[in-house]
Amino acid sequence: MSEAPTTARAQILNGIRRSLRRGEITGEQREAVEERLARPPLGPTVARAQLAQPEKVALFCQWAEANNATVARVAASDVAAEVVSYLARNNLPARAAMAPSPQLADYDWDGQKMLSLRRGRGEAADQVSITGAFAGIAETGTLVMASGPEHPVTLNLLPDTHIVVVRESDIVSGYEDVWTRLRQRYGKDRMPRTINTLTGPSRTGDIEQAMELGAHGPRRMHIVVVPT
Amino acid sequence: MRPILTAAILVAVSRSPSPTARPRRVALFVTCLVDLFRPSIGFAAVKLLEEAGCTVEVPPLQVCCGQPAYNSGDRATTRAIAAQVIGAFEGYDAVVAPSGSCGGMLSHHYPGLFDDDPAMKVRAETLAGRSYELMAFLVDVLGVEKVAARYDGAVTYHDSCSGLRELGVKDQPRRLLRTVQGLTVREMKTPEVCCGFGGTFCVKYPEISNAMVGEKSADIAESGAETLLAGDLGCLMNMAGKLQRQGSPVRVRHVAEVLADMGNLPPIGEPG
Amino acid sequence: MESTARDFNSNVDHALADPNLQDSLSKLKVGFSERRRQAAERLPEFEALRDRARDIKNHALANLDFYLEEFERKVLALGGHVHWAPTAADARRIIGELCQSMGARTVAKSKSMVAEEIALNEHLEAIGIAPIETDLGEYIIQLRHEPPSHIIAPAVHLTKDQVADTFLEHHAKLGFTRRLTERNDLVAEARHVLRQKFLDADVGLTGANFLVAETGSSMLITNEGNADLSNTLPRMHIVLASIEKVIPTLEDAAVLLRVLARSATGQESSAYTTLNTGPKRPGDLDGPEHYHVVILDNGRSAVLGTEMQEILRCIRCGACMNHCPVYGAIGGHAYGWVYPGPLGAVLTPQLIGVEEAGNLPNASTFCGRCESVCPVRIPLPKLMRHWREREFERHLTPVAVRQGLALWSFVARRPRLYRGLTALANRVLALFGRADGRYRALPLAGGWTRYRDLPAPPAGGTFHAQWKKKGPT
Repeated sequence: MSEAPTTARAQILNGIRRSLRRGEITGEQREAVEERLARPPLGPTVARAQLAQPEKVALFCQWAEANNATVARVAASDVAAEVVSYLARNNLPARAAMAPSPQLADYDWDGQKMLSLRRGRGEAADQVSITGAFAGIAETGTLVMASGPEHPVTLNLLPDTHIVVVRESDIVSGYEDVWTRLRQRYGKDRMPRTINTLTGPSRTGDIEQAMELGAHGPRRMHIVVVPT
Repeated sequence: MRPILTAAILVAVSRSPSPTARPRRVALFVTCLVDLFRPSIGFAAVKLLEEAGCTVEVPPLQVCCGQPAYNSGDRATTRAIAAQVIGAFEGYDAVVAPSGSCGGMLSHHYPGLFDDDPAMKVRAETLAGRSYELMAFLVDVLGVEKVAARYDGAVTYHDSCSGLRELGVKDQPRRLLRTVQGLTVREMKTPEVCCGFGGTFCVKYPEISNAMVGEKSADIAESGAETLLAGDLGCLMNMAGKLQRQGSPVRVRHVAEVLADMGNLPPIGEPG
Repeated sequence: MESTARDFNSNVDHALADPNLQDSLSKLKVGFSERRRQAAERLPEFEALRDRARDIKNHALANLDFYLEEFERKVLALGGHVHWAPTAADARRIIGELCQSMGARTVAKSKSMVAEEIALNEHLEAIGIAPIETDLGEYIIQLRHEPPSHIIAPAVHLTKDQVADTFLEHHAKLGFTRRLTERNDLVAEARHVLRQKFLDADVGLTGANFLVAETGSSMLITNEGNADLSNTLPRMHIVLASIEKVIPTLEDAAVLLRVLARSATGQESSAYTTLNTGPKRPGDLDGPEHYHVVILDNGRSAVLGTEMQEILRCIRCGACMNHCPVYGAIGGHAYGWVYPGPLGAVLTPQLIGVEEAGNLPNASTFCGRCESVCPVRIPLPKLMRHWREREFERHLTPVAVRQGLALWSFVARRPRLYRGLTALANRVLALFGRADGRYRALPLAGGWTRYRDLPAPPAGGTFHAQWKKKGPT
């Protein structure tokens, strides 16, 4: 920026070192922190999510519902039909913005003649979006979305209703499993621009601490869980 | 293997309430408020300790634990007073106070006052390791399970902050109260919320303190209990003073008085 | 933000006399603490996670320079920018210049206490840029020209009816002319009004709950999703974060996330937890083109290595104020600056001076409830006591208190004199209080007897006098 940014940087970093009564860390201490960064130690394990895959999926669904999402478990061949049926059940238009993701392309959208889909980013006028998910977290019923050309962030945020299709094999125990998968997919030092983790629809407790849904993001979240 | 085993045995012995391991020679830390305003609490403590098989002594040179100075930021005075208390209470098996606040001062705060004085620190730690709040000492150390007392009516118990959070005094008084004939316990909604006493706080910030004790007295009234009990006289005087100012019929006593079958004394703030 | 911490006592009087505030506080006192208790009970590992959270923050603070540099390296590698701001003025200037570089007229802001700390809105307005608060609570108080009264629930001091009046006053010109009575209608109206502002904003400004050194990510947690709209829709995303927000790895973040939401609102997880790393990538259909992180010191580095260091572990969950009976009596505004409650009682004197905020660490009973719920186990009463010690050393303690203490200490250090004086006091108090058993008024005890009676001792002498008379048993 404007004047002498390196000075401000040095001022802060040297101030920290002065307060900690040492110089830049070197030698063994440096090796130790570098090692900690390279191989991050795990925190205490949360026992409730250490389950076999079918129970993990069940726990995910249970928590998602507790977080005010709705959940449907259907076969891959029925995903598109479930989406249409959900929209009809909730008096919503059969029109949606869908993530341009190959993962979603496998489902039988063409079989639903009533459904009109636009593939791309979310726009202000969209009422419904359909996306996949990078992962689901059983411990809290949380969905993990990784941004990219196949999954625009706006789809997670702008529409009133967000329909998410998640594969059973992508449901993991906790955050730690998500981090492992992210590193495998994108490389250790290369996160996608945005990771959104979504635990139910948008909400606020800012008026008299009473939870109201749909503050800024979606008011409704419908999760379609599909066997792999 | 062996040192671990020895340590385990030592721990087991020190925790065992068997008569042989009981501290016999106990010094009573009277506390300034009990000395000045409610001596019967001291005598109740003596009675309970003696009934549990202890010999009770009252070291004559004891004064205050130093909290007024400590909580006002006057560290030098606190250290001088702490040194005096440490000297007065050396050589006993245990030091017991009918107060979680003063007991906590001795057992949790004294050692930290002498970080720059290794010799005093050792003495402070020795005292800290032997200092107890009365209810915790009776139940956890002496293994007392019941008392011979009668008190007719419903009581509610306020958990004083230092006793509760520094010393873990919660269950012990309730366990003993359940063995008092004629007595039932009716819990408040929030027995663990501070009553607003806070030592000098209540006179430095009287409006905030009043709001806090006002809320406490409403909670006490809602419990439906006829008697309020607690383990610290400071909190009791604060709550009694508020209840009486409001014209409440609730009687206020120290838990030790009821457990020592001295529940027939005039309640705190009532004429004799 | 302008401090009124010096006027603490008159702030308290106003707060205690405000029926709307007292009504709001009565809800807060039961709501947050009960939900936190239930959340903690549902998770058997909660206490172990708190220990771990404390250790992670301690480790990060001990190696703070290393992790900040590592964080910067990762941000730069992915096309972002990092700015270092030693002071509040530096941060204001940097952010103002960044906004001007975009030709910005409006900035969509997601609630940031650090932005309050540096009085960012006032600065942006002064240079002709409109900051728009998008967190619902923060939006409400921005309309009312009030400061936040709580770090996670900025409008917690207001009732629904007050919000309804405020919306009617400010939204009527936008065509919303009906006074609303239901909470969900109020939320819907704010959503509608703010949605357009998100779409129009040139810059999105957010705080950060954590900065992850391993990946160069800023981590943001909200329930509303407003931070996500702020960092997705505008062309520039600015993150404003103070130095102690940096943590080593994503695994550390997982631990801290588990204690944060539960401590704050009693939720298993907040609705939105977002990691942002750099600007939009080639091929992305949305996201900001520019990504800047402003790292603020503002006096924090000087706290490292001192007896106050532990306050830098704070993850801003608000549990200390939710459980504080003093906060529950007076609310957040009485504390007079950005950070209320026990957190403010420790941090405010550090950031704006103990001369200004000297009352704050004194207005506590040391009940310890804050420490007992702190997710990173900050010994808040101990740190407040350290402030009292510094005030005493620097002769900032009120003269009456000092003189009283000096007199008391003179007596307390002389057991025989003490014994004599207490015997006398006991006899006098017992004698004149004999009829009623208590005093309704007493000279020199006005602080006590203004609101409560003072119990009189029964006749018979002090404990020590009676014990001595009784003789050794």
